[in-house]
Amino acid sequence: MKLTTTLLATSALVVSAGAASAIDLTLVSWGGAYQKSQLKAYAEPYMAANPDVNIIWDESSAEAVAKLRAMNEAGNLTWDLVDVDAADSFRLCDEGLAMEYDPDELLAPAPDGTPASEDFGAQIVNDCYIPQIVYSTTFGYRTDLVGDTPPSSICDVFDLEAYPGKRSLEKRPINNMEWALLCDGVAKEDIYDVLATDEGQQQALAKLDTIKDQVIWWSAGADTPQLLADGEVVMGSTYNGRHFSAIAEQNQPIGMLWDAQVFSFDGWIIPTGLPEDRLAVVKDFLKFATDTQRLADQAKYISYGPARASSAPLVGQHAELGIDMAPHMPTDPANAQNVFYYNFEFWADYRDDIDAKFQAWLAG
Amino acid sequence: MSIGHPEIPKPSLTGFTVPLMAVAGLLLGYVVGTAKGQPLLGLIAGAAVAAALGFVLASFVPDRRVGRLGTAVVAAIAGFVMAGVSGAVVGVIIGLIVSWFAYWLSTGDYRSTVPVYATAGDVLWHNTFKLICGLIFFFLIAPIVVVLPLSFNAQDFFTFTPEMLAFDPEGYSLKHYRDFFNNPDWTRPLKNSFIIAPLATIISVSLGTLAAIGLSQSHVPGRRAIMAILISPMIVPLIISATGMFFFYSKLGNWMEGNLGLSQDFIGYVKVVLAHAVLGIPFVIITVTATLVGFDRSLTRAAANMGAGPVRTFFKVQMPLILPGVISGGLFAFITSFDEVVVVLFVGSASQKTLPWQMFTGLREQISPTILAVATVLVTFSIILLTTVELLRRRSERLRGMSPT
Repeated sequence: MKLTTTLLATSALVVSAGAASAIDLTLVSWGGAYQKSQLKAYAEPYMAANPDVNIIWDESSAEAVAKLRAMNEAGNLTWDLVDVDAADSFRLCDEGLAMEYDPDELLAPAPDGTPASEDFGAQIVNDCYIPQIVYSTTFGYRTDLVGDTPPSSICDVFDLEAYPGKRSLEKRPINNMEWALLCDGVAKEDIYDVLATDEGQQQALAKLDTIKDQVIWWSAGADTPQLLADGEVVMGSTYNGRHFSAIAEQNQPIGMLWDAQVFSFDGWIIPTGLPEDRLAVVKDFLKFATDTQRLADQAKYISYGPARASSAPLVGQHAELGIDMAPHMPTDPANAQNVFYYNFEFWADYRDDIDAKFQAWLAG
Repeated sequence: MSIGHPEIPKPSLTGFTVPLMAVAGLLLGYVVGTAKGQPLLGLIAGAAVAAALGFVLASFVPDRRVGRLGTAVVAAIAGFVMAGVSGAVVGVIIGLIVSWFAYWLSTGDYRSTVPVYATAGDVLWHNTFKLICGLIFFFLIAPIVVVLPLSFNAQDFFTFTPEMLAFDPEGYSLKHYRDFFNNPDWTRPLKNSFIIAPLATIISVSLGTLAAIGLSQSHVPGRRAIMAILISPMIVPLIISATGMFFFYSKLGNWMEGNLGLSQDFIGYVKVVLAHAVLGIPFVIITVTATLVGFDRSLTRAAANMGAGPVRTFFKVQMPLILPGVISGGLFAFITSFDEVVVVLFVGSASQKTLPWQMFTGLREQISPTILAVATVLVTFSIILLTTVELLRRRSERLRGMSPT
């Protein structure tokens, strides 16, 4: 029985020691290289400046909406700051699960005094959203498996004759439907008008049907880099930062196909219902983590563009590899010749409907 | 044994050994040929080479050691010519297997484990049965074994790189193990797992043993119904239990925070430990109940007769005798908590993140071989744990003269 007592006592000590020494701040993010960039660019510097704050990470951003709903229902909020993509922030904001805020009060102005609301500009897509980065969903291809003429147009994804082999696409209609219509001859400015009709949706699915048996569907951002590294697919879509990491950090034979990349944003929301003391810490952290220098620093670790206009000129070189980051940014003029912007309004209205049709098509 | 068995007639060379060797060669040749992109050629060449080998070994090389070593060397050289160092290794393995098969057939060894009077059909079935057993074993263990070498990958993918296949030291690295032991993303979950699992085990062993002893008394009303309820956490789908636990423990946690003034962090641990204890209890009840079946009730009556109270009787008489059951139940409870991912995802918050949780998110968000390194460490740890407990148990049985051997 002595052993039991000792075990109990030590465990209790460990637990209480962990609790007493610091304020724990739970940040929810996506894991992987993206979370690492947040850790290096703002979490670690913030903890160094505030030794009484300890930041804990929860890699639950993919389930953020469901988990926040459950926490709200159970009255048991364990998160302090949640990183979500812009589409999810609309839902959280509408349901009152995310807190509305005043950009000029909460966020630091640019170094030249431009207020935050102007510096972030249109990227603050709703009243709850605090954007951090611009990312894009785009294609990468195996340089050694595509022959002498690497793909240069999005429609090469649909060209099985010129580029035979499997391709990986995200297991959802968003982006895939737009690309399919574009390559089926619909003019870029008409795509959402066409996609709003049933015939348009069938047209997009029919185009996807031509490559369906050659598609591996992914649901986690890490899938495509793994499939490309294995040589299981010749090309695949994922977030541009994942491609960058595979190319520059892992030296994989992968090339970027920037044509028709889809821009979107990622950022923070503050969950509603935080107690005053925790909210104060969260606000202090946010002011630091979204200032001009910190957002520019983040680009040293991952090839996502800072959401503040004033951060762009400060983007420099990769922290470990020393390569220039600008050419790897989705926003670089050479890469951004033909881009889509994630259409929040359209997908908010049509997502459920098209999702159902897409899933039925997948199963059929 | 190198000359076969006197009572078994040597099987016919051309009617038995050579054709069977050809069949084996057919299969192996097909595998190797497919790997090289020429299945048909592999098929034919494999059959021819194996048949010839069977003939040569059986007729001219009676010394088994020389024959097997020679075959292995020749196959290694052939493999090296075809595919470099990794080919040589595959060659050695194939050479050893094929030459073993040749001697096993030609010397009549295949009959050595069946009675002399067995018919050809009996022998065939006996060996097929052994093969099936071997395949089941392979089926169980192969996925685990594949993980081990991949955890030494120098790249950040779940892929056997060309460098790894060529046994180039550059292709291997301990960096994922370094990551596991140095990165707070992994060390913190490791610490949490080692806080939560032992505490949950202690609770479930105490409660489960008490319940099993109580339920083994014949005078307890509704024994079967109580047993069924106690075991239900094992039967109800985990995701359902987890959802229920999430709401139940949320309310409990809020109450503890409001009325007892405990910190959120501490409450989080309490919640996860209690939830895991609930999952562990059925295992303890089942193993202890099974041990109690063989327990002689007259021993407790004898102890009572000599003036020992129930508590004293329990610790001095009953407990030592059912200890093996308690320990194996405790082991199951420990492993349940240590492996558990669903309930902790619901009940715990990020500060109680355990190893399986971290592995789960790691797999989802970033396919990093650190997970494989962790898996390797855990497999080793489990093997050591189980071996130690088994050895200790045998030792104590031997000391107390309980073991039949």
